[in-house]
Amino acid sequence: MKVHLYERIWMWLAAAMILGFVSAVVFAAGSHAIHPPSHMETVDPTQVRIRGEFTEPRVEQRADGSVLVVGLAEMFTFRPNTLRVPAGRPVTFRLTSPDVIHGFEIVGTNVNATVVPGYISQTTVTFDRPGEYLIVCNEYCGLAHHLMQGRLIVEGGAR
Amino acid sequence: MSKAYRLEISHFAVAIAAFAVGAVMALLQALSRAEVAVPFRSEKMYYLSVTAHGVLMALVFTTFFIMGLGYVVARSTLGKLRGEGLAWISFWVALAGTVMNAGAILSGSSTVLYTFYPPLQAHWTFYVGATLLIVGSWGFSAVLLASYLGWRREHRGQPVPLPLHGMLATVLIWLIATSGLAVEVVGMLVPWSLGLIDKVDPVVARTWFWWFGHPLTYFWLVPAYVVWYTVVPRAVGGRLFSDKLTRLVFVMFVLFSTPVGFHHQFSDPGISASWKLLHTLTTYAILFPSLVTAFTVTASLETAGRLRGARGWFDWLGKLPWGDPLFASVALSMVTFMLGGFGGAINAAYAMNTLVHNTAWIQGHFHLTVGTAVALTFMGASYWLLPRLLGREVRPRRLATWQPYLWFVGMMLFSIPNHINGILGMPRRVYSAGFQGSPVAASWQGLTAISAVGGAILFLSSAFFVIVVVGTVLYGRQMPAPAIEFSVPLEPAEGGGVWDRFGLWTAVAVGLVILAYAVPIAHLYGMHRFPSPAFKPW
Repeated sequence: MKVHLYERIWMWLAAAMILGFVSAVVFAAGSHAIHPPSHMETVDPTQVRIRGEFTEPRVEQRADGSVLVVGLAEMFTFRPNTLRVPAGRPVTFRLTSPDVIHGFEIVGTNVNATVVPGYISQTTVTFDRPGEYLIVCNEYCGLAHHLMQGRLIVEGGAR
Repeated sequence: MSKAYRLEISHFAVAIAAFAVGAVMALLQALSRAEVAVPFRSEKMYYLSVTAHGVLMALVFTTFFIMGLGYVVARSTLGKLRGEGLAWISFWVALAGTVMNAGAILSGSSTVLYTFYPPLQAHWTFYVGATLLIVGSWGFSAVLLASYLGWRREHRGQPVPLPLHGMLATVLIWLIATSGLAVEVVGMLVPWSLGLIDKVDPVVARTWFWWFGHPLTYFWLVPAYVVWYTVVPRAVGGRLFSDKLTRLVFVMFVLFSTPVGFHHQFSDPGISASWKLLHTLTTYAILFPSLVTAFTVTASLETAGRLRGARGWFDWLGKLPWGDPLFASVALSMVTFMLGGFGGAINAAYAMNTLVHNTAWIQGHFHLTVGTAVALTFMGASYWLLPRLLGREVRPRRLATWQPYLWFVGMMLFSIPNHINGILGMPRRVYSAGFQGSPVAASWQGLTAISAVGGAILFLSSAFFVIVVVGTVLYGRQMPAPAIEFSVPLEPAEGGGVWDRFGLWTAVAVGLVILAYAVPIAHLYGMHRFPSPAFKPW
């Protein structure tokens, strides 16, 4: 196939640029273990309020110093609604929904998970900066979607 | 009205009517988001207007416009359509489906947004209407394929006419894409909304939806590229820089459109990280044909400038007809698509997606891509098509000249603030982003107001477009219809060769889809899952 020289140069540059993007993505995933929340665990959405770990939404300090948040995203609030966690410690969120799909986004952090009824979303993040953060639902869930919010308070001095 | 193009004109009429209603819905949203106290402002009206705007613009306007354009291209490059009866039946089926679906939305029974994720459950007419629209588009696909195959029997060894090559690629992308949507809608949502089954699994539904949802964007984009490559260079007096590479670009979209859907589901549970990473890599492959397009179309426009006497490095730009609404629309679409394309590379970035997922960034992004690169190109193409189909001059001409520029300015004001607010964490699709006085939410307000101004300007531009279409139909001065002519390559085409072998490429494309989806879908179906009952929280 005859390809004009300028076009051939451009195609090599385009390929190099794409290779650069892909390398950056794979490098970040591999070397820093940065992955999107991809947990593979199911739960019966009609039972989560009645039995099992989600009957008591909570923030739990674990023996190894890490923190576990077991929470529900439901029409139209988060439970627990205010989360207090220490700075500098890994915090694992385990979340599900008893009704429709919700988003769990902590504004200004790397927490952004889709919470789907029937599945448990899990993600672990360490918050370095103490302060108060806004939690919003970013997946449309009904007429009060925009009122669905919570608070994360990262407490300093835990280091 | 010219009898010869009655089929095409009917499709464009439905497309533009849907566009007009969709534009009114957009104005309601923009004002509501900016907390302007418009009459009837309420949560119910806001989420209803988001649903109607999405469906009418992204599914109805685009699909009818693309079907009309496909028939124009096939008729003018092949000399005739085969199966015009089927084409008319398909038109009426698609129109009936559209009316049924729009009725469900506007009556307030189906405020599920245009992604309609279960367990939100719309009225059954929403899903059946959408199904009929898709069935109509399959009829269109069959007519295009039959017309091409009939022509090929009589023209052995000839290359596929280039504009038709692009439209055939569009049809193949669409058939592969809509197979996934059919599984979701016909297999799950229709029986569920009729009460035949109690529960559906949301992640399974989302997976089939995004099997369809990403190639959908190339179903929109490839016809716009057909205009960029095969209409505009000719219309501005230039030559197509490379015929072969154009075919390569269209084939690459057939190959890589579908095996990429998990980049819309990065934050979903139930799909493993390694398969998400694989879909990231295929997503980046699809940047390549668009980067080639940026070069080939720009080089083709340069030939036009040079044929008009330009000599230096850049003065060919000044020689191009910036007052011509087709050229201005496409040139501004290309500029916008550069921004949108790089934004897309960020969306597809496996880890970085967390920063932008479901934020205002996303609506900023797809208004640059489908909302401008595609929609503005279709508006520009309308200014080119109207005289050719109707035998009338475009009128009022001045509104047509201003309209693309107004769209561009409105879209920049709308889209850039949304991109910034998205990075600052503002969620998309919210009636109000006040969050009860949260300080971080207050920091989004200024940019939201700017984006509402952009939305108002876009509405004005939309109104100009609709006025020009109606004005031309009713009052445009009659004239002999100009010929429908397509670009000629700079160097004589040597024939399509391997890039014309659509059977082969379709087989490869299906193979890639199976590689990308078979294992994760089998895994999903094999898990012990708990499907959800229905909810209607509106």
